[in-house]
Amino acid sequence: MSAKTDILKSIRQSVGEDRGAELPVNRDYCTSLGLDPEAKIHLFIDRLVDYNATVYRTDHAGIAATVAEALGVRGKRGLVIPSGLPSEWLPNGFHFTVDRDLDYDTLDAAEGALTSSTSAIAFTGSIILTHSPAEGRRAISLIPDYHLCVVFESQIRETVPEAIRGLKDRRTSPITTIAGPSATADIEMMRVKGVHGPRTLDVIIVAA
Amino acid sequence: MSIRVGEAAEAPDFRQAAHALLANKQVRANVRRATETIRNKRANVVGEMPDWEQLRDSGRAIKRRVMRNLDNYLEQFEAACTMAGGQVHWARDADEGNRIVTQIIQSHGQKEIIKVKTMTSDETQLNPHLEANGITPWETDLADLIIQLGHDKPSHIVVPALHKNKAEIRALFMEKMGLSDLGTRPEDLTAAARTYLRERFLRVKVGYSGANFAVAETGSVCVVESEGNGRMCVTLPEVMITMVGIEKIVPSFDDLEVFLQLLPRSATGERMNPYNSIWTGVTPGDGPKEFHVILLDNGRTKVLADEESRETLHCIRCAACLNICPVYRQTGGHAYGSIYSGPIGAILTPQLQSMEHSQSLPYASSLCGACYDVCPVKINIPEILIHLRSRIVENGDRGAAERIGMRMAAYTMSDSGRFSGAQKLVKIGAKPLESLGLPGWSASRDLPAIPKESFRDWWKKNKQ
Ligand code: SF4
Repeated sequence: MSAKTDILKSIRQSVGEDRGAELPVNRDYCTSLGLDPEAKIHLFIDRLVDYNATVYRTDHAGIAATVAEALGVRGKRGLVIPSGLPSEWLPNGFHFTVDRDLDYDTLDAAEGALTSSTSAIAFTGSIILTHSPAEGRRAISLIPDYHLCVVFESQIRETVPEAIRGLKDRRTSPITTIAGPSATADIEMMRVKGVHGPRTLDVIIVAA
Repeated sequence: MSIRVGEAAEAPDFRQAAHALLANKQVRANVRRATETIRNKRANVVGEMPDWEQLRDSGRAIKRRVMRNLDNYLEQFEAACTMAGGQVHWARDADEGNRIVTQIIQSHGQKEIIKVKTMTSDETQLNPHLEANGITPWETDLADLIIQLGHDKPSHIVVPALHKNKAEIRALFMEKMGLSDLGTRPEDLTAAARTYLRERFLRVKVGYSGANFAVAETGSVCVVESEGNGRMCVTLPEVMITMVGIEKIVPSFDDLEVFLQLLPRSATGERMNPYNSIWTGVTPGDGPKEFHVILLDNGRTKVLADEESRETLHCIRCAACLNICPVYRQTGGHAYGSIYSGPIGAILTPQLQSMEHSQSLPYASSLCGACYDVCPVKINIPEILIHLRSRIVENGDRGAAERIGMRMAAYTMSDSGRFSGAQKLVKIGAKPLESLGLPGWSASRDLPAIPKESFRDWWKKNKQ
């Protein structure tokens, strides 16, 4: 018998008469915090700052200037960008390399990456990428040491359940959730920022 | 069948192992400090949740639903994952799982893999198996790297090197990474690990992971982590292999909304861990070109058979029960002789081995109930401990019954405040011992007569 047949048979024998009708699952946990929009954004910013991310706020017309500001603060001359990133987000005077299957060594040598995002969670300070053309494949926001990420206010959800349910048609894309720069507490439980992922995360929040 | 849980079948019994470890002051200090830190962090972020109890109830209900129809959910997962371009394999036991992994690696002519932290591969002893076949596994989780470089054993299910302090890690890194100088701050040590592993992340062609959750509805797999090594391992290689215990299935994608709240807060005391990776099959142009999932039984379907202890399989490996346990905090993880330590290890390890090994573990507890209180999926560990004790005795294993003298060790290690409650529970678990020719045990401990009611009834009346 195949392993699959054996395992399924063993499950059926073990569970026996209990098999069958699905047990109900109560879901009376919070799905919403009932915050007004500005309070929600503040909560999100609060969480991001908690994780040592630097946060900028701007409107649609101000994205390029804010990208320039963030790069200036970090002393960067250019970034890798995904192929679907809107060109109006890019300021003059910097060098942007479009990711057309760049090899890993090139990404490793890059100064950072600029990407869009799918949504965010205020309560946990998470940013969610589903790696659409404006967010890029997973490697570009992973290998470079700096990630500058654009989040629209309209994409910020209050809670984890709200965000997970909101992923509906993006569920089978690759998904990455990011809460601050990579970190470890493996050495005497002291939180150390920056292990293998980008050690610096900056976030630009764009008004709807 | 060769069901294996690490090296648990050969491990000395808990009392012996604990005795030796209690003498190691450095380890005890490291363990005490680390568990205290996580406990406090957990308490803070759990305390701020208005709906923690509701989340626990939902988590438990979802897991119960899974166990009752596990066969259906596994087949559903297989179909969805295959549709998305993944390849699903089934493994009855540790050897079969390891063999499948080796075959995949060899079919690509590769000699190295990068691994993200997974308990399941410790369970199947994958690394020694790979090494025997000429394949080098690189552990990439900082703690696992520390364990691997030091030829050590994990002592905690979330922070496996928690028994090591900064100075010990620094000395190890200098020696094994060939560094003539290295700073003393944790930042310096993590920077050394970053440099050491970066080249491997970019070069090695096969990645390996476990899974925290596997979604039946979509065929998706979820890896929860902090350092970014998980993202590296599941994204950069050309071939990806994931071995997952069959109990890690959740029915629907939306079920993640419950567990992605329960797990980080319970495990590391964070509102959310830095990174979660969720992927489904293969995605052209993004990540590995080939994805294999191995669904591992290794004793799990047998654990399902005992209705009273089935919920052992609900565990999401958060380690909150280890950090709170007065016995674990004194002995550390190595005393349990298994990669699964602490209260969950005490119930899981012997059951996976069909109660044929590790029979001292259900006695490695003072039954204070703290593990039940912190468990994010409400596994009633004390009740299962008692139940397993009675199973051991019913099996007529006198050897085990005699070894039960070790319960004394567990007592003296527990807080005195919890001790009186513990006595009440222990004597019920001890009842069958008297019929095995160990009379007078409860009398010598000056306990009142054993109540006639069942443990379940007693528990309901006294605990709830
Ligand atoms: S038994 Fe519960 S508390 Fe212990 S590791 Fe598993 S889920 Fe966490």
